Amino acid sequence: MALLEIRNLHVTVEDKPILKGIDLSIDKGEVHAIMGPNGAGKSTLSYIIAGRDGYEVTDGQILFDGKDMLELEPDERARAGLFLAFQYPVEIPGVTNTTFLKTALNSLRKGRGEGELDAMQFLKFVREKARPLGIGDEMLKRAVNVGYSGGEKKRNEILQMAVLEPVLAVLDETDSGLDIDALKIVADGVNALRSPDNATLVITHYQRLLDYIVPDRVHVLADGRIVKSGGKDLALELEAKGYAQFSSAEAA
Amino acid sequence: MAKEMIKDLSLAAGFEEAAPRLPGSDVAWLDALRAQGIAAFRSNGLPTRRVEAWRYTNLNALAKAGFAPVRGDAELDAVPDGAALALGDACRIVLVNGRLRHDLSSLDQLPDGIAAVGLAELLRRSPADLEDLIAPAPEGRDGVLAALNDAFMEDGLVLQIEAGVSVDTPIHLVSIGVPVAGQAVAFHPRNLIVAGAGSRSTLVESHIGLGEGSYFSNGLTDVTVGKGATLTHAKLQDEGAAAFHVALVRARIADEAVYDSFVLHRGGELARHETHASIEGSGAECRLNGAYLGTGRQHIDNTTVIDHMAPGSQSSEVFKGVLAGHARGVFQGRIVVHRDAQQTNGHQLNKTLLLSRDAEMDTKPELEIYADDVKCSHGATVGELSEMELFYLRTRGIDEATARDMLVSAFLSEAVSELRDETLVSAFAERIAGWVEARHEDRTEKAA
Repeated sequence: MALLEIRNLHVTVEDKPILKGIDLSIDKGEVHAIMGPNGAGKSTLSYIIAGRDGYEVTDGQILFDGKDMLELEPDERARAGLFLAFQYPVEIPGVTNTTFLKTALNSLRKGRGEGELDAMQFLKFVREKARPLGIGDEMLKRAVNVGYSGGEKKRNEILQMAVLEPVLAVLDETDSGLDIDALKIVADGVNALRSPDNATLVITHYQRLLDYIVPDRVHVLADGRIVKSGGKDLALELEAKGYAQFSSAEAA
Repeated sequence: MAKEMIKDLSLAAGFEEAAPRLPGSDVAWLDALRAQGIAAFRSNGLPTRRVEAWRYTNLNALAKAGFAPVRGDAELDAVPDGAALALGDACRIVLVNGRLRHDLSSLDQLPDGIAAVGLAELLRRSPADLEDLIAPAPEGRDGVLAALNDAFMEDGLVLQIEAGVSVDTPIHLVSIGVPVAGQAVAFHPRNLIVAGAGSRSTLVESHIGLGEGSYFSNGLTDVTVGKGATLTHAKLQDEGAAAFHVALVRARIADEAVYDSFVLHRGGELARHETHASIEGSGAECRLNGAYLGTGRQHIDNTTVIDHMAPGSQSSEVFKGVLAGHARGVFQGRIVVHRDAQQTNGHQLNKTLLLSRDAEMDTKPELEIYADDVKCSHGATVGELSEMELFYLRTRGIDEATARDMLVSAFLSEAVSELRDETLVSAFAERIAGWVEARHEDRTEKAA
């Protein structure tokens, strides 16, 4: 049984069909990439996996470790091992990064039947995770994402991922707005977490990130459907030829 | 009969009987003040919502409750631990049902340069010293509850900070409402605070209630902040669940003086904290901040009037509140910039989070500007928790109830951070955290 199994997924937003029959299967130990033009439904797919309100599944299912994921609340999905790195990380004024991370980690630990970390244990743990990402104490003390630069926000997403150690990480346009140095830090962070026991789904518009996070499979999403799947070379082909071939096929 | 008045005058009942027993009953100017106060109440009655200053706060329930002046002393041997704000070794002055209790107070711990005496004691001992300090209630229907205080004032805190004195430790005024069986007690504490020129000090008030029943606290506090003085004035309103709390603070602020106030509302069935600040000097700063937490059928009113009477001063207001259940909040903020008050800076902000569809907020900013070189701004928002923020927290494994609590606490922490003293920040933050926790448990029980 695959770790993530999406079958014939149809989703509408305000009665408008966005996803029109997605099939996708990801095994543990794999990295998949979904590439596609703007408006293809990439963000909808990441949000529907994470459980955001406002999307209606009209057909199909999402199975996570064999369980019906659409039945779970967003926090239940996270406790089951799902993580979404947001394209636009949300600012939470008045909540420090440390408090946020600690509350999140302890929620997950509780869900796994493990004891909660106290403030000292947590600080030691989080500092170890933060150091390779270039995140210091000062950034840990600031309110979540408030006043962060674009690069800081993305590094902060990867820090959360490192702290929460998900089984399946979905990275939604994590490369957008990053310069090449920041991109490398983020990619190194993601690669460091790769293991035979987890999987990653990278959603991106550009091939660039996939130079650093090398995928096992690449899928092209256009107009709500996966129109082509292949190995990592497919990303290079898309970079060379663009998405027009898929859009025009749709139009024809 | 005018529609601006509530006909029920039971709050005035018993005045003739009570008057001879009130302190200073043989002092002519005070007798005249009391007579004037009761006459004003009897002719005006309690204001209805047709009176603009009371438009959003309905006093019918107060009129109906049949409150009468407190008789006899309430039984109370100790202030329960944790009931008042946690302020370490602050000097404590305790009023029980409006009366100063020496046995519960720690007046012997007063810092040098600060004098604190009970109003009743001073009225008996040297009333002449108070004649200039006790100003009559504002005339007309707006000032009816203050007029009632004029009539019935009995005790309170008279606090004098000597010129040039600087004290870090706060003076802690603890007002405890103790319901009396078979009696709906009303008390009308009158406080007089004088901060001498160049002094720096902090007055903190904790208003708390013990027991189940109802009572009515109708306080009036006159504050004078002398030239170059800084007075921090923070208050916790955490009265009993069935209590009525109305308080008027009149502050006069001199040249280069700072009046820095904060109020947190948490208790009471109906509460109103009203501040009238007169900025009489230049280079002065007036800060009126607050937070309010409402649930059930609580009604919480913050009303402020800031008069800029002199040039080159500034005022700022930040009031933030969270309303759940059927709670109702009111914010009325009026800023008047008089003709001579050029180069005035005035800023006002009111933000409310509604946690239920049945909660309601009325907010009314009012700017009256008669000078031409001023900067004034106001803003008000009423909203719900952000769906996106909630979703973000939940995708990290935080359950919905905890995520909501985190966002509510974060919203309120910004209001508390207006306090400039760390001890006060943590004392008030603790009260807010307690409220959020209690709501959490409430909901968890209901869900179970």
